[in-house]
Amino acid sequence: MIAPHLQRQLTDPFRKTINREPLPLVAIGVPWLTVMLGTLSPTWPIIASAPVLPPLGFLFMLAWRQQRPGLLPVWAGLPLGLFDDLYSGQPFGSAVLLWSLAMLALDAVEVRFPWRNFVINWLEAAILIMAYLLFGLLFANAGGGSTPLRVIGPQAVISVLLYPLCGRLMALFDRFRLIPFRAID
Amino acid sequence: MAPPVTRRTGFSRRAQYTTFFGYVAGIAGAIVGVFFLFVSIYDHNAFAGLRGVAGDAVRPAAATAASGRSGGQSLIATIEGYFFAATKNAELTREAQVTRVKLVEARALAEENLRLKAVLGLMQEDPNPVAAARIVGSTSASTRRFATISAGSAQGVAIGMPVRSPMGLVGRVLEVGRNSSRVLLVTDTESVVPVRRASDGVPGFANGRGDGTLQIRLISLGINPLKKGDTFVTSGSGGLYRPGTAIAVVSELTRDGAIARVLSDPGATEFVVVEPLWNPARELPAPAVPQP
Repeated sequence: MIAPHLQRQLTDPFRKTINREPLPLVAIGVPWLTVMLGTLSPTWPIIASAPVLPPLGFLFMLAWRQQRPGLLPVWAGLPLGLFDDLYSGQPFGSAVLLWSLAMLALDAVEVRFPWRNFVINWLEAAILIMAYLLFGLLFANAGGGSTPLRVIGPQAVISVLLYPLCGRLMALFDRFRLIPFRAID
Repeated sequence: MAPPVTRRTGFSRRAQYTTFFGYVAGIAGAIVGVFFLFVSIYDHNAFAGLRGVAGDAVRPAAATAASGRSGGQSLIATIEGYFFAATKNAELTREAQVTRVKLVEARALAEENLRLKAVLGLMQEDPNPVAAARIVGSTSASTRRFATISAGSAQGVAIGMPVRSPMGLVGRVLEVGRNSSRVLLVTDTESVVPVRRASDGVPGFANGRGDGTLQIRLISLGINPLKKGDTFVTSGSGGLYRPGTAIAVVSELTRDGAIARVLSDPGATEFVVVEPLWNPARELPAPAVPQP
């Protein structure tokens, strides 16, 4: 029964968090959903004549993986990359491969350096982002393009600088994800 | 940050298997990616159908977002306008004076053209556009330059059709979905458009450079006759693009050609028109069948 529960909550706000738990669908689904929304950035109302937008889906996935290790499984690169390939314009399979490898690499780094701070996380993400853009360029060129390396320079700088902001954004979504909506009866 | 405990599975068989198969699936994902990549590099159209369905799926949302785009961009232009108002005013006044003279000349030329065409018995053929559509997206994070438009096979769009805006050529249709299609923009590095200089018809090719500009390469090598500000139009060779569609203005000279700025910046274009193929392949003569 939702109505009496809501009424109780409004009349007594201090009961809000007691005896409540987050909705499982939201708690598990939000990371996937945010990465997919980032992936859909090619349909945003920005039509670029040069690659300038950072690969937002990839940045969001890195941010989730660094903030909440284990929330996205190691194999998350396969389905999320598949979705990204549908819209990114890269040769199909480019994101499946690179996102899967990135997840494995993050896992390996985590074993090697279990205690990390902001700078190490950012450094790790920066290396992965630049490698991702570089290999993305190589795959795109293998698939018919012949774009010179200098074209991705601005994009790499923007992406690395924007990464901490993406992390903050995902932290916001993380808090939303864990809001206890559901009453335990 | 605290070290994660996801790897330490303890004695739980279930947790051990979950972790193990997680890694197996992760590595399998990378292998699947390699497979997809090879398939798509060797056959560019291997996943075109899938992408068409995906494009159709997000089309309504993307079209709504696109309708807000012109508003957002005009806001930036308005703010910019305050800073450059005086210089722009002077520049435009000068330009208007020049243009007025040119307009009269052009009118005279058009009349002469019409008269000569009548003499030759040529028909004035104006292409009936196949469809008008909105640019609903572009691959803004990839080095390839594709755009998605909001018209597909249901509106009569077919592969290879040129896409243009009032400003000039935008690209050509590469993949067609039901209600959306994918356009190879002229700025993509794979796009080559046969062009000629508008003033005297110096022929060349316009090759995309992937960063919003075009590389103009002239067919006849020698002394570079190009100057800054030269306008290029499509020449119609090859039969794909209708001749006379404006495409780019030279902004920088190189040794054997020039770098040109695209006239119809897809970012500033909201509506585009899909034109029929100028000289479809079916009109070409069939290859001669060798007689036994």
